[in-house]
Amino acid sequence: MPAMNFDIAMTGFVALYIFMLAAFAGWVIIGNVPAILHTPLMSGSNFVHGIVVVGGLFALFNASTRLEQAIGFFAVLLGAGNAAGGYAVTDRMLAMFKTSDTKPKATHAHARVHHLKKS
Amino acid sequence: MLTLVSQFVIGGADLGAAFLFMFGLKRMSSPATAPSGIRVAGIGMIAAVLASFLYLFTVDTAARPHMMVNIGLAVTALLIGGVGAWFVGRKVAMTAMPQMVAIYNGMGGGAAGSIAAVELFGGRTHGATQLVVTLLGGLIGAVSLSGSLIAWAKLDGVLKKPLRVNGQQFANAAAMVATLAVAGVILASSLGQGPLWLTMPTWIWIFFACALVFGVLMTLPIGGADMPVVISIYNAFTGLAVGLEGFVLQNPALMIAGMVVGAAGLLLTVIMAKAMNRSIANVLFTNFGDVAKPKPGAIQGSERPTEASDAAIKMRYAGSVIIVPGYGLAAAHAQQKLFEFVKLLLAAKVSVRFAIHPVAGRMPGQMDVLLAEAGVPYDMIFQLDDINDDFASTDVALIIGANDVVNPAARTDKSSPIFGMPILNADKAKQVYVIKRGQGKGYSGIVNALFYSPNCNMVYGDAQAVLIKMIEAVRGLGAAAA
Repeated sequence: MPAMNFDIAMTGFVALYIFMLAAFAGWVIIGNVPAILHTPLMSGSNFVHGIVVVGGLFALFNASTRLEQAIGFFAVLLGAGNAAGGYAVTDRMLAMFKTSDTKPKATHAHARVHHLKKS
Repeated sequence: MLTLVSQFVIGGADLGAAFLFMFGLKRMSSPATAPSGIRVAGIGMIAAVLASFLYLFTVDTAARPHMMVNIGLAVTALLIGGVGAWFVGRKVAMTAMPQMVAIYNGMGGGAAGSIAAVELFGGRTHGATQLVVTLLGGLIGAVSLSGSLIAWAKLDGVLKKPLRVNGQQFANAAAMVATLAVAGVILASSLGQGPLWLTMPTWIWIFFACALVFGVLMTLPIGGADMPVVISIYNAFTGLAVGLEGFVLQNPALMIAGMVVGAAGLLLTVIMAKAMNRSIANVLFTNFGDVAKPKPGAIQGSERPTEASDAAIKMRYAGSVIIVPGYGLAAAHAQQKLFEFVKLLLAAKVSVRFAIHPVAGRMPGQMDVLLAEAGVPYDMIFQLDDINDDFASTDVALIIGANDVVNPAARTDKSSPIFGMPILNADKAKQVYVIKRGQGKGYSGIVNALFYSPNCNMVYGDAQAVLIKMIEAVRGLGAAAA
């Protein structure tokens, strides 16, 4: 790519090393996620692949024909929807997971504050 | 100088994003830290998107005259896509979560495929390696897009039945071979070898058309209960496509994020396949949900129906109850009523726990999310391995809209298509109640031996309606006692 002339070109084996390490890291990290969180995990990893929007922006900024602009627009549109939607549903779901003692504790603390305020 | 600074900032932001994504996913190892995990990942995403506007300092000379238009298009796309999806994501019902996840998979795949298309149409790829990776990423992305859309249509009920034609596998193979052949033509002719016959853009269109058709064909024959596997596979596919396009664009953040998601999707696919006692190859290359005809007359006895109120009162006076939810709970939107009933049981000092099979519902973990939505604390929710031995010492097992995951034939009947699949041993409880819409067979068409066993009674009806009756019955008891 002409636009990105880093000193370290991401070619050949360097790319393969990145892929290998990332895949391994992903496998290990995800392996530790309990089954109860598998749906938020999936929508969360959905959100993470929303980073594709950055690639879409790169492609769109470098577009020089109508066709490229149209497809680049499509890429950014889908990528942005992927990222924003994935975040919204994951955040919603994770906020719902509570333990038995969360609620009582919260109300106790609440009550105590009220009590202190009164006295 | 400006070029150098902008590249440095982009590189830094992308590095930060990659770190925050992995750190965020790591925090998902516990429900307590998980909410902060997604927020951390969100910060990384915003940083990466904002920094990517610095690409404008390094655009190709050919694209310079279009810069203003391109910026306008980018901002418009970000706003429409982002804001639209945000509001839909905030509003959508929890029971519709599998559809949403399928849609987001498709969107990511479509974006990755589109990037590949821009690179191909613009003739930007240099050398065989980059071209092959671009084509591969484009293929996987396009398959993920069209396949996920079909999965969405099935999950949303737009497509009611799995569509299988004779020679389905042949058609799938043909579509796959055609796609690869077109990719070969594009590859050979852009390397200056072999005839082109048609213009290059035409070939690129044909390539994407074939890939999209392949995605559709691959997903059409799949039945509802196999959806957890399908969603996981497309999750992995999209991740892989994003990672490959990241390589083409020389963007390590995309490569890392894509591969992490790819690995996550693959791991979930393996877990789901294991929970259905199938190999990944079987899942990928045979018609999902294609099962043998049930053997008639193998099971003796008949189903014994009972009243919702009788079952409720029995549970009210039981010492321990384990509830096994399935897709029927989601379909009836009965999770709130279920927890209302459970709270009555808890108030009566009954020990209540939930047992979740890995493939219950339409995507991994769907039941857990529905129960969490209803307000069930997660320490009452147990997974297959953690609770399976406790059924034998339990007074009542209540099965709501689940079928195959509690079919004891998986343990005993070698001729059963689900033989060997790990199941919840609900049949070992002293008394079993099954809430079921009708007398029909489950999704897979397999007769459930549990329904005929002497310790099992059936409560027919919509899960929500039945639970309302159960709540009334237990409340009535309380009123009578008072």
